[in-house]
Amino acid sequence: MKYLDEFRDGQKASVLVKEIESLVATMTIPLERPIYIMEVCGGHTHSIFRYGLEGMLPKQIELIHGPGCPVCVLPMGRVDDCLAIAANPNVILTTFGDAMRVPGSKKSLLQAKAEGADVRMVYSPMDALELARKYSDREVVFFGLGFETTMPSTALTILQAETEGVRNFSVFCNHITIVPTIKAILDSPGLQLDGFLGPGHVSMVIGTAPYEFIANFYKKPMVVAGFEPLDILQSIWMVLKQIHEGRAEIENQYARVVPDRGNAPALQAVSRVYELREFFEWRGLGSIDHSGVKLREEYVHFDAEQKFAIPNLKVADPKSCQCGEVLKGVIKPWQCKVFGSACTPETPVGALMVSSEGACAAYYQYGGVKRYKEAV
Amino acid sequence: MNVAPFIQTRRLGKVSVGTVTLAHGGGGKAMKDLIDDVFVAAFDNQTLAPLEDQARFDLAELAAHGDRLAFTTDSFVVDPLFFPGGDIGKLAVCGTVNDLAVGGAKPLYLSCAVIVEEGTSVDLLRQVARSMAATAGNAGVRIVTGDTKVVQRGACDKLFITTTGIGVIPRGLALGVDTAQPGDAVLVNGLLGDHGGAILCARGDMALDSLIESDCACLHGLIEVLLTAAPGVRFLRDATRGGLATVLNEIADASQVAIEIEEAATPIREEVKAFCEILGLDPLYLANEGKIVVIAPPDQADAALAAMRAHPLGERSALVGRVSQGEAGRVTMRTVFGGRRIVDMLVGEQLPRIC
Repeated sequence: MKYLDEFRDGQKASVLVKEIESLVATMTIPLERPIYIMEVCGGHTHSIFRYGLEGMLPKQIELIHGPGCPVCVLPMGRVDDCLAIAANPNVILTTFGDAMRVPGSKKSLLQAKAEGADVRMVYSPMDALELARKYSDREVVFFGLGFETTMPSTALTILQAETEGVRNFSVFCNHITIVPTIKAILDSPGLQLDGFLGPGHVSMVIGTAPYEFIANFYKKPMVVAGFEPLDILQSIWMVLKQIHEGRAEIENQYARVVPDRGNAPALQAVSRVYELREFFEWRGLGSIDHSGVKLREEYVHFDAEQKFAIPNLKVADPKSCQCGEVLKGVIKPWQCKVFGSACTPETPVGALMVSSEGACAAYYQYGGVKRYKEAV
Repeated sequence: MNVAPFIQTRRLGKVSVGTVTLAHGGGGKAMKDLIDDVFVAAFDNQTLAPLEDQARFDLAELAAHGDRLAFTTDSFVVDPLFFPGGDIGKLAVCGTVNDLAVGGAKPLYLSCAVIVEEGTSVDLLRQVARSMAATAGNAGVRIVTGDTKVVQRGACDKLFITTTGIGVIPRGLALGVDTAQPGDAVLVNGLLGDHGGAILCARGDMALDSLIESDCACLHGLIEVLLTAAPGVRFLRDATRGGLATVLNEIADASQVAIEIEEAATPIREEVKAFCEILGLDPLYLANEGKIVVIAPPDQADAALAAMRAHPLGERSALVGRVSQGEAGRVTMRTVFGGRRIVDMLVGEQLPRIC
C-alpha cells in the first residue's frame, strides 16, 4: 500500500534497530533500571504491539504505555450519564465504534443497545448531524470523546448545526486535552521516566509548542512521533540520542503530518466552541485540573448535559484496579493484581483493559497473559 | 430438471400480490401459492415437487459415495441481502456446501427453511430463490425439502435462511482438527477478508466507494482436487466468521501445537488492507465465504499448493505458515516489520477505533 509499506520496511527496521543497539551500547545506563520511554498516545501503543516492536528493542529500553487512549480514560460516571441520556426513548445516541464497549458502573452502550436503547455507531459527528436532519422528531445526541484529534470535527459539526439551525442535535462532550495530563504525570511522586514519544495526531492539531514546558521545566526529551513502525523506531532513536547528548528538546519526527504550528482553522473552531472545564475526572488517574472541555455559553443549546437530566455521579475506580500505577510506569500491566484474572477485555475492571489501545488490553491480546504471568 | 410429470399432474400456484403478508404463512392457499411460485418453481426437482413432508433417499445410492454420512446446518442473516459478489441465497447454499466439503464429504442434498418478515417483496424472494437454485445447480447439489414461515414486521429483518446439508464421506478419508503436527504447512486458497470487507462497504454507512466483492463460493470442487493431489492433508476448515485468526486458534488449541504465520506471505487485497487501515480493523479476523485453511504434512505441501493454484478458486493460494513445537495453543505472526506478535481469538466483535 502506497505511503504505508514504505514505513513498514523490515530491512530498514533492522538497520534502525542496529543503530539503536549501538547507541545504547555507548550510553551509561544504571544497572538497576532500564531507560523508560513513555509513548503518550494509544495509537502508538497499538502499533507497538501490532508490529511486535518491544521484542525488537534492546532490553535496556522499556516502553511505558501512557494515558493517550480516550476510550480507556473515560470514567464510569460519565458512561453512566451517557446511558441515562440513551435511556430516553426519544433519543438516538450516536458514537464511535470502540466507545460502545466502555463499561459504566452497570453496563456499556453495547449492552444498553441490546436492551432496546437506540444506540448507533457513526464514523464522524457529521453522520450524527445527518441523522438529526433525517429524524427531525427525534433528539440525536453525539457522544463526543477524544483528545484534540477529534475535538475539531465535533466543533465543526456544532458550527454547522448552528448555521443550519438544527435544534434536535446535541453533543455529550467528553473531549479531553493531553497537555495537563502529561504535566500531572510529570508531577507525580516516584516518577521514573526518561523521555516521551509525543502524540502524532493530537500534535497535527495543536502543533509542538504546547509541549515546550516538558523540555524547559522538566528537562525531559520528547519526540512527536508518527504511527507506522519505522516512525516509532526512529523516534525512539531520537529520544535516546537526546538523552545520550544530554539534551532535552521537543523534536518533530512526524513532520510530514505535523506542522510545528498546528492547524490554525482547526484550532479556531476549537476555541470558538469549547472552553476549559475547571477539572475533569480521568479513569485511573483521578481528577486533573483543566484537562477537559465543555461547550461555551453561546452553544449551550447543543450541550446534552444541559438538555437532558443526567445523574452526574462520580463512580470510584474499583479498589483492586492498579491502572494509575501502570499509566505512570510504576508497574507493568501483568504485575497488576487483577490482570488476566478478574480483569480481561470481556469484563474489564480497569481503564486500560477497555480498548485495544489500552496497555493492558494490548498485552492481553497481543502479548498473552500466560507468558507475562510466568515471567514475574 | 425432471419435473415434468409432476407439473402435468399438479398445477403450480402463483402469487398475485407484490408483498408477503401474514396470510402467506397461514398454512392455507396463500402459503401454498407462495411456496409453489417462489421455491418449487426455482428448485424444481423430483424429490421436492411431490411436496411430501420429507425428502426420501435411497440408502444404497448414498452408500455408493462412501461409508459415512456428513450432516450439517447453518443459519444465514446478512445485511444487506444483496451485496457485491453475492446475496443471502448464494451464501446460504455455499455456506452449507462448504461445511460439508471441508469434512471431505461430497455434498448431495440441502434443505432450505426461510423466515420472512411481512412486507418483504415477493420479487425479492423469487430473486433469492433463483440465486439459491443457480448456485446449487452449479455445485451439483439439490435442494430437496424446505419450510416457510412469515413473521410480523419487526420480528425478523426481511429474510433469514437456514440450510441443512447431507453429504457422504468417501471411505478411508479422516480429516481431524486435532491432527496437526509440528512441521505441517498452513495453506489458504487465496485473498483473505474480501467477504467481510464487501459487507461492511455495502452497508453504505462508511460512504466509501469500493470494488471489494465477496468471495462467496462453493469449494467442494477445489477440495476434491486438493485431496486427490495431497491425500495426506490432515485438516481443512472454511475461514468464515472470525477469519483466518480464529481458525488457526481452533487448530492450535485442538491439536495442542503452536502455529506461526508470516504476515508477508498472507494474501490480502490492497483495497481490503486500506479499508482496514481506515477503520482500525485487523483483516486476519475479517470473514471469508470462499476460503479454506489447509493443514498439509510437509512432504505434501508443494503438491497441495500446486493443485490448489491450478483450480480457478485457488489461483492466489499461498503457504502462510507452519505448525511448530512452540507453546501449545499459541498462534503467532512474524510481522512484515520483523517483529513477532500473538494472534489471539477475538474477544467480541471488531469495532472501528476512534482515531
